[in-house]
Amino acid sequence: MVELTLPKNSRIITGKTWPKPQGATNLRKFQIYRWNPDDGKNPSVDTYFVDLDTCGPMILDALIKIKSEIDPTLTFRRSCREGICGSCAMNIDGINTLACIYGMDEIKGDVKIYPLPHMEVVKDLIPDLTHFYAQHASIMPWLETKTNRPAREWKQSIESRKKLDGLYECVMCACCSTSCPSYWWNSDRYLGPAALLHAYRWIIDSRDEATGERLDELEDPFKLYRCHTIMNCAKTCPKGLNPAKAIVEIKKMMADRVH
Amino acid sequence: MQFITDRKRATGRGSAHSGTEHHRYMQISAVGLALIVPTFLYIFGSALGAGHAEVLAVFSRPIPAIVTGLMLVIGMQHFRKGMQVVFEDYTYHSTRKVLILITTILSYGLTATGLFALVKLAL
Repeated sequence: MVELTLPKNSRIITGKTWPKPQGATNLRKFQIYRWNPDDGKNPSVDTYFVDLDTCGPMILDALIKIKSEIDPTLTFRRSCREGICGSCAMNIDGINTLACIYGMDEIKGDVKIYPLPHMEVVKDLIPDLTHFYAQHASIMPWLETKTNRPAREWKQSIESRKKLDGLYECVMCACCSTSCPSYWWNSDRYLGPAALLHAYRWIIDSRDEATGERLDELEDPFKLYRCHTIMNCAKTCPKGLNPAKAIVEIKKMMADRVH
Repeated sequence: MQFITDRKRATGRGSAHSGTEHHRYMQISAVGLALIVPTFLYIFGSALGAGHAEVLAVFSRPIPAIVTGLMLVIGMQHFRKGMQVVFEDYTYHSTRKVLILITTILSYGLTATGLFALVKLAL
């Protein structure tokens, strides 16, 4: 059956409260999930205080400040700091989003930060995305052609290119998949919103010649039909995309093949 | 420890090449049931509390008998397939298989029993 409670060694305990920075008057309280696979302890939530007068406006700015000035052991992924790389995806104030484009002013009260839900944790705020990336690779995220390569480029009309808008922008941050209850319960077999959005992006690409094979590969009660249009994916996507709509379009294409 | 690659774990046993028929059946039967269920409730409600002879008279008329038959067949099929999805979502391994089996037996059993009762009433 589905697990509704955490195993004993995963239950979160109250962690360390770090001292407030001296002389600071404009403080913000951060409660951050900590877990280290090497110390054998249960995960905990540490409390930090950040001086907002000397900090940037985004959550990632605060995390970098905490790591630089308070606790260098705090571990998280980050790179581009402008919502393009998808590295800093985490659960902030109950929402899966990118720390670099989520402003502190969007949160009332204490800032609570956890790793992306229902994923194995590597350390602190870093989830293990190995399976997520392997699922993405399994949908063949590349142009598949059978016709001999043209002398110049594969041509595409402006109208056909427009169909890829709202799809190609996905940065594979995993916010959508990790917000999806169907993915929580069956991520071993369900591809999840991100992989399916990418699958649709290649299915409707006018230059791709493997549409049938792609649909064949997706026609499965678990790979595709675990999606029950819960819409958490669309609600949480930090890029404003709608994976649920892409999945519905795949289902429509499947139905059109039959009837 | 299984020494299998991440890609093999993600691909699993490949596609079952099924699911579309199930999905379409649920969509179409949901539309059908949206019409059948209120009609059946009206018929059932109007016969509720009436005497034996009156109930026999209601269900021996063609439309109430056909609607009740459709309600039993389509309703139970919709129930069976719907519960299958619920079990696939929330249970695993043998539990899943046993629960799907029980639901299948239950739904076919209820359909057969209901149809038998309907025939007895209607004829």
